[in-house]
Amino acid sequence: MNEQQTYAPGTHPDLPPPPSMVGFIGWIRENLLGSTTNIVITVLTLYFLYLIVPPMLSWLFLNAVFEGASRDECRAVMEETGRKGACWAFIGQRFELFVYGFYPEAERWRVNLSFFMMLAALYPVLYDTAPYRKQGLYYAMIAPFIIGWLLIGGLGLEPVPTEKFGGFMLTLVIGVTGIVGSLPLGIVLALGRQSHLPAVRIVCVAFIEFIRGVPLITLLFVASTMLNYFLPPGTTFDLLLRVLIMVILFSAAYIAEVVRGGLQAIPKGQIEAADAMGLKYWQSMRLIILPQALKISIPGIVNTFIGLYKDTTLVIIIGLLDPLGVGRASLADTKWQGLSTEVYVFVAIFFFVSCISMARYSLYLERKLHTGH
Amino acid sequence: MEATTQQPLWYRIVYDKETRSVAIQVLTIALLFAFFFYIVRNAIVNLETIGKGYSFSFLWDASNYDINQTLIEYDSRSPHWRAAIVGIINTLLVAVAGIILSTIVGFLLGVLRLSHNWLINRVVYVYIEYVRNVPVLLHILLVHGIIVNTLPVPKNAMMAFDGTLFLTNRGFYTPKPIFEPAMWAVLIAFIIGIAFAIWFRGYAKKIQDATGKIYPVLLISLGAIILFPIIVFFLAGMPINLDYPELAGFNFKGGLVLRPEFVALWIALSLYTAAFIAEIVRAGIQAISHGQTEAAFALGITPGRTMQLVIIPQALRVIIPPLSSQYLNITKNSSLAIAIGYMDIVATIGGISLNQTGREMECMTIVLALYLSFSLLISAFMNWYNKRIKLVER
Repeated sequence: MNEQQTYAPGTHPDLPPPPSMVGFIGWIRENLLGSTTNIVITVLTLYFLYLIVPPMLSWLFLNAVFEGASRDECRAVMEETGRKGACWAFIGQRFELFVYGFYPEAERWRVNLSFFMMLAALYPVLYDTAPYRKQGLYYAMIAPFIIGWLLIGGLGLEPVPTEKFGGFMLTLVIGVTGIVGSLPLGIVLALGRQSHLPAVRIVCVAFIEFIRGVPLITLLFVASTMLNYFLPPGTTFDLLLRVLIMVILFSAAYIAEVVRGGLQAIPKGQIEAADAMGLKYWQSMRLIILPQALKISIPGIVNTFIGLYKDTTLVIIIGLLDPLGVGRASLADTKWQGLSTEVYVFVAIFFFVSCISMARYSLYLERKLHTGH
Repeated sequence: MEATTQQPLWYRIVYDKETRSVAIQVLTIALLFAFFFYIVRNAIVNLETIGKGYSFSFLWDASNYDINQTLIEYDSRSPHWRAAIVGIINTLLVAVAGIILSTIVGFLLGVLRLSHNWLINRVVYVYIEYVRNVPVLLHILLVHGIIVNTLPVPKNAMMAFDGTLFLTNRGFYTPKPIFEPAMWAVLIAFIIGIAFAIWFRGYAKKIQDATGKIYPVLLISLGAIILFPIIVFFLAGMPINLDYPELAGFNFKGGLVLRPEFVALWIALSLYTAAFIAEIVRAGIQAISHGQTEAAFALGITPGRTMQLVIIPQALRVIIPPLSSQYLNITKNSSLAIAIGYMDIVATIGGISLNQTGREMECMTIVLALYLSFSLLISAFMNWYNKRIKLVER
């Protein structure tokens, strides 16, 4: 016999919630089927997903052909099996071209080595928990020069002209150089824009507003068509170097605006306190203002970097061969005509992975630097 | 102070703040002038060596090339300046169309992103992340590739909306409206409708201030602007003729054609920018604290009017500045048209004209000046609008 338990009023322990309100079922009721509108939205979304996802998966993987020597072979396989999908064989055949461009085959170890040297240099810069960070940072300072020497050659290595650079390697060269070069220049421009000296301020404002007012592609055209006119007669100037300079200038103007936002967010009392302590302008900037301002600007700076990295694709318009350029050039081959979608999807995946990693790193950094309360 | 003026000049430049700042500025200006003098001199010498001057007279020569999408009269005998104008109009066309579409899609996505429905929330999130992390040039090429490679040839065109829209790999065809003179009446009715709506808005506000009575302003305004012209349209005996596209040989004849380059550029730019606008809208709405909604409800304001009077005006303040820079971006990104052969400014005067005449300096000057003026115009307008809705503080 169960003995009826009695409670004094107000002392009954809480009953467990009904099973339909907790756990998986509760979650579904709460988040998917909460109200009539909610149910309608859920059903419509599911229908939409049903329309989009299966055909996409089948094109990308299930019905795709991964091996073959030409588009006709891909087509033959598809007709034989009655499938209709992507022809990834093309990407497989041209994979090296996509990675290295036309870099001489015998020298490709230099690209690989540079890539790992870059990773090794990035690690201590990006993570302050890295072992031997101090030595790592010294290494990171000299690594760009070593990498530059490795890629271009000379001084004992076979020289490789920069026209041979291409593929993902070119994207990384332009992207990383742009990022490394534009950050310091951008900070200087932002400080100049906030300067008390009218001449310095006007020069910086004019530069920033000019660059931000025109599209990158026109600046690249300037670099490729008319920059030579402004140089002493008889000088020729490497196209890649011209592009790099333009990319750095372009990105620096945007970085400057982001950093300016950070500088403006620092209360005036900070710089007054620094003055009162007797710090010089550069000391107070380096020790008091910039550390705080840069911390606030991190999301914006990383966004600018992501933008710069994506903008490296524009170089195909002035004839450099980044992955898109390599892909479009390969499509001209009669064996592989008409496979543009495959090329674009492949390159899109590469950019998506790189850009999303940068965005994630920015989130990590924001969390780590969040020292407020 | 007396003491410092006694010091030698070099000492004051290093240690006296006033003197030093003057010295730095003089140095900056001197360096700048030296730099410009140097490059201009180089340019003059270089141009002289190859026998070119710096003159814009080439703009009046015949251009000798055709442009596939022209909204004004143009053929290959027209001068270069006319080609430039065609390019400007094409740039503005795709920029304005892109701004409109991306704003609509962006706001929609932004609101969906805030939905409590987990599924739609995630789907929109994945979509936005995909779009934002892939270069816009790639989007343009991908959409263009899909239109050109997968849509059917005109002969077996894909029909949509009951034969009013034909999708082919040569472009999208739809009936072209041809206006009869009586259409003026409809246009006048439309203008009267707008004027009435503006007057009624002021009148309703006056009544509300005086008596507290609220009129359904939006409904009545929409009626005046949309319904009234439609009634006039039918009264005037439907003064519009439709010119239907017809298949003739290998392609459609007649009708209104949206070329694949335009469609690809327009859709790709709009979808790309919409993803950024969606994030801006989401951040803007989330920036308004929930207390605002609760306070409005506590005052007995209905949810619809809470949104209209409390949330949206405040959210707009957060949204407008980044939104304006997205509008600038869409205008600048339209220059990527050249990758798929849409004839905008960069492709006409900065592309074909430049290559035909060899006048790099002049053509690039024109292109840069045009983009700078577009940017300044858009940002001036957005600054004006931003100032109008800005929070007035002490």
